[in-house]
Amino acid sequence: MNSRRQPHQALPVIADGVGKRYRRGWALRETSLVIPQRRIVALVGPNGAGKSTLMGLITGLLRPTTGGITVFGDRPTGKGLHPEVAYLAQQKPLYPQFTVTETLMLGARTNPTWDQGYAEHLVEQAAVPLSAKVGTLSGGQRTRVALALALGKRPSLLLLDEPLADLDPLARETVLRTLLAEAREQGITVLLSSHVLAELEGVCDHLVLLHGGRVLLAGDVDQLSARGTSLGQLALNRMREAAAQEEAA
Amino acid sequence: MLTGVIEFRIDRRSGVSTYVQIVQQVEQAMRLGLLTAGDRLPSAREVVEAIAVNPNTVLKAYRELERAGLVEARRGLGTFVTRSLSSEATTGGDAPLRRELAGWLGRARERGLVVEDVDALYFAVRDEHYPPPEERS
Repeated sequence: MNSRRQPHQALPVIADGVGKRYRRGWALRETSLVIPQRRIVALVGPNGAGKSTLMGLITGLLRPTTGGITVFGDRPTGKGLHPEVAYLAQQKPLYPQFTVTETLMLGARTNPTWDQGYAEHLVEQAAVPLSAKVGTLSGGQRTRVALALALGKRPSLLLLDEPLADLDPLARETVLRTLLAEAREQGITVLLSSHVLAELEGVCDHLVLLHGGRVLLAGDVDQLSARGTSLGQLALNRMREAAAQEEAA
Repeated sequence: MLTGVIEFRIDRRSGVSTYVQIVQQVEQAMRLGLLTAGDRLPSAREVVEAIAVNPNTVLKAYRELERAGLVEARRGLGTFVTRSLSSEATTGGDAPLRRELAGWLGRARERGLVVEDVDALYFAVRDEHYPPPEERS
């Protein structure tokens, strides 16, 4: 695509001692991390680790209780997403009564940077008919339409909350393949969360492991697993270490 | 698009990191004579189009193979196998040692052995002939 915009040059995310407390307690504590450019970032941890909270803070849908966060150098305003960021929530909210064409029209109307040709190209690539009602699509097809909607905005940072959770293994592979190809082609950063690290083995090149609202591990996979340990094993080892430290304290 | 001679198969739940799996599969193909000096490995882009693997993971595996002196990257052309790891004993479906092994496995199956039995026997006898290196911790 020659209409491609240059990806933003500032760091996608800098979190500086950021914390979030709900009425039931801290969901995220004193988190400091940097998400570099052009990475496929796996945001992993057991349920309740703080993954969705961190994503919410990046989108600006949540406000930090402590510390600060910047997205491409700007503080999230809470008045809608940063223009360089696209976010796909876990439930992939789409209107089942809308056709695919109507869904893309909605994307065009709500995003000033919308690229209709690119969005249509992604839907066609998925072999999803434009005239089909969203409610009639399979889980894999729905995800591809949701991805087209998110990527059509031409973001520099794409946030995906558990994008693979409701997909069968085959659809999972196809979605990941599309995601990797597009991320590489467009030079964008993708942050995707999962509570199953194994399904991202070999997919991500940057890892953020959360547990109990804290960062246990963050960095480029190359550095973290210099000796060829699988990501799942790496995370498990680190979580055991943390549990042992907690017990000793 | 060129179809590479080698297609990688990644088992995400094996506990072995993806780049190590790629390294092992190239080495194995070289030992069996499926890849030999001058053969081109699929580019990172070709691999990514075929399976959901990060291109950096593929490149890391290729760097590892390069460090081991098994392949070389030629600028603008791709990554090529530099030598052969196979011998007459290992190459081809009718290599004598392979035929003997096939015969043995056929008999094991006739006797009703399951794959776990075969693995247990194989590893026990293999360790007798090729003592495993000292356990590293």
